[in-house]
Amino acid sequence: MEEDNHQDGEAQEVKISDSQPESIPPADILLGNHECPEPVEGNHSTADDRNQSVDSQPSHVGAEESGLDADVPPHLGAKLEPEETKDSDCLNNMSTHLDGTETEVRVTDNDQSDSGEFVVTMLAKAKLEEQGIGVKGRPSPLLEAGIQESPSFKSQRDEDVTTDSWRQHRKHVFVLSEAGKPIYSRYGSEEALSSTMGVMMALVSFVQSGDNLIRSVYSEEHTVVFLQKGPLVLVCVSSSRQSEQQLLGELLYVYYQIISMLTQASISRIFEHKKNYDLRRLLAGSEKILDGLLNLVDSDPSFLLAAVHCLPLASSLRDSLSQILQKAITPNLVFSILIAKNQLLTIVQEKTVIEDARLEPADVHLLLNLIGASSAFQAGEIWTPICLPLFNPDCYFYAYISYLDPPECTVCLLLLSTDKEAFYAVAECKRKIEEAMLTQNSLSLIAKAQLYSVNQVGVSDLRHFMYKPFDVPDNYRQLTQFTSPEMEAPYSNEEEKMRLLDLYRYMHSRIHSTSRPLKLIYHVAEKETLLAWVTSKFELYTCFSPLVTKTCAITAITKLLRWIKKEEDRLFIRYPPKYSTTPNPSKSSKSSKSEQQDSTDNGYLSPL
Amino acid sequence: RGLFIIRVFLLFLMGETLPRVPGGVPVRTLRVKMVLLGSSGVGKSSLAVRFSKDQFRDSSPTVGCAYLTRVLYLEDITLRFEIWDTAGQEKYHSVTPLYYRGAHAALVVYDICKKETFVRAQVWLRELEKQYIPGSTVVWLIGNKEDLSQNREVSLQEGQNLAQEKGLSFTETSALSGDRVNELLLAVGKSSSHDAPVQTGRLSDNLSLSNGVPQGSDSGPTFGP
Repeated sequence: MEEDNHQDGEAQEVKISDSQPESIPPADILLGNHECPEPVEGNHSTADDRNQSVDSQPSHVGAEESGLDADVPPHLGAKLEPEETKDSDCLNNMSTHLDGTETEVRVTDNDQSDSGEFVVTMLAKAKLEEQGIGVKGRPSPLLEAGIQESPSFKSQRDEDVTTDSWRQHRKHVFVLSEAGKPIYSRYGSEEALSSTMGVMMALVSFVQSGDNLIRSVYSEEHTVVFLQKGPLVLVCVSSSRQSEQQLLGELLYVYYQIISMLTQASISRIFEHKKNYDLRRLLAGSEKILDGLLNLVDSDPSFLLAAVHCLPLASSLRDSLSQILQKAITPNLVFSILIAKNQLLTIVQEKTVIEDARLEPADVHLLLNLIGASSAFQAGEIWTPICLPLFNPDCYFYAYISYLDPPECTVCLLLLSTDKEAFYAVAECKRKIEEAMLTQNSLSLIAKAQLYSVNQVGVSDLRHFMYKPFDVPDNYRQLTQFTSPEMEAPYSNEEEKMRLLDLYRYMHSRIHSTSRPLKLIYHVAEKETLLAWVTSKFELYTCFSPLVTKTCAITAITKLLRWIKKEEDRLFIRYPPKYSTTPNPSKSSKSSKSEQQDSTDNGYLSPL
Repeated sequence: RGLFIIRVFLLFLMGETLPRVPGGVPVRTLRVKMVLLGSSGVGKSSLAVRFSKDQFRDSSPTVGCAYLTRVLYLEDITLRFEIWDTAGQEKYHSVTPLYYRGAHAALVVYDICKKETFVRAQVWLRELEKQYIPGSTVVWLIGNKEDLSQNREVSLQEGQNLAQEKGLSFTETSALSGDRVNELLLAVGKSSSHDAPVQTGRLSDNLSLSNGVPQGSDSGPTFGP
């Protein structure tokens, strides 16, 4: 397995880094506002021997040793961080009921792999049953004929769920209702998976019956994470070695995307009326949007960082675009968003809206995914109800979506109104925007905008970075953004890109570990060296060539921070302008009762 | 029916003899709001794109509703079609009335290869009956995907019978090949703008109006930009 090689490599690299002279100036001095780090916690960890050995090296200045914790991924075999007692309790609980005969000291580990195996076995059994059903239910010649008929139409939806290739997908995501009815599966058809989902639901309700909540199951190769949200149960089966926290976050995105199409209120109402309602009826045609979201979650670090990536643009151009949007308004318009190449160009908000809430990055991600995942927007001007779950999970906005540069379809305008009748008025705003952009030649200027290369920073060993400032500009609650250069060689192919993202995910999980959060990590991996650092002002992930020294890395980061400071007007949307379109503030979507009414009768009570 | 054909034919001849000035000042401009209704996957969006751009595009499921336009210059009148292409997905049904309210023409589309879409079309028709004011909306029943007639599950006769029974206009089209799509648009325009007798029954094949349209449309009158 690739993963294993990679770990061996890391182990060696760790040694190299240890033997290096550790004459590094304290991070504080170089890195400005770094706060006093927390005391070393690494030594308490019994989970990872190598980690310990590194930490217990003769140490130097306190500030550094806690942070510069050359560590090894915790994913060597099935291992549960000992701190995560909630999970192990839960698993203990399960395994004592199911097969618990454990007396060893390392109860958690064994337990957990046992129960992991149990789940895997159960899932496998379910699979076998399905196979059986498939054979019984349909005569095999017909089945074969069916397969022969449409080999070219094989999408991930038609995938045979009994095959090994299906099992080997890196990350499965399932959504089911509390009644155990399948709603969505990332791979394979939901029908074919109904008994598997039944098993999942059995696990959930079994633990629930003991007044407990199942959160995760760890096995040698897989992490199974459960998320219960109202009447929906979301399950992720992942071999990606991400932390439970991260996988949970991804499931939450899936949940929000469903909410964005149906609203939370209508989902709860539907299931209140009919426990075994088949929600696929309402999600029909939206599978692509969920598929697209999961692909983005895997490939786009915006989701990991919970921040929006905007396209670098000369601040004068961004300002002029914002002004164009600012001028084209109509009553009840609340957000005007301009997108190019699936990245944010600019965003203008209604004044009263921004006062009581701001647009959350997750809502922007869902909007961007909606637009990116469907080619349906290229046909004409779209007018659709859409919910921004973090803004208000129970009400709809009405979104006007139109590309400004057909037939290329790279620059997209998104106008959100609270008035469902406002199509013509909002379409008129688009006309104004189009006209203004034509006179200012904006489209061709936007076409020239692109991601920047890390070379522009001018730091030799730096290969890639992700920088997320908190609160740009200072003290004002703004849309959380991050900046990152293009992934260039050696990360130009998909596999390498994914590998780097996995390293970032690993660094992120260490930084944000609930049990042992870190402020600074220096991590020597097989093919690169990474340094992650979080302060009260920013969060930074950097990737260097493998032989960089700590000294070099820290100097490089100082340079990088200076460069970002210098370029920040280009890299971020700094002072997003506002407009005032709500004649009567009570009409704002946050407080609108009528909107909520609308949302609840969506679909379910429709005569069709 | 014969009268209608002659009328259209005459219009066509007149259009032909008059020098056409692109973007010239027409006598009258009429706005024709039409709405496409029907189950998911019957080809509403493909029809809409055919109407508007005379292209075929296999599209993803429509999100909400797509708004497309098409301007059609006739000899004494300019028809500006506003095409509301609704999503067939159930989750958008509660907002659909928003789009068909005030429509001059409602096209209820089904897939001739899928019986259930035909059944569904009848539900749509009943739903429409509740909403529209007779006389203000011309309702059409459209059997789409006529190019796949070898897999047909709904016969031409069934479609015609339903249309007759409900007093609707009816035609079968193919958004893929473009067959009878432009004729349909023209007929919708006519029936919605003039007080032309509403054509019941299938549009005749010999109502072909092809006349060497430069923009590569395989059949159809000279449509504006």
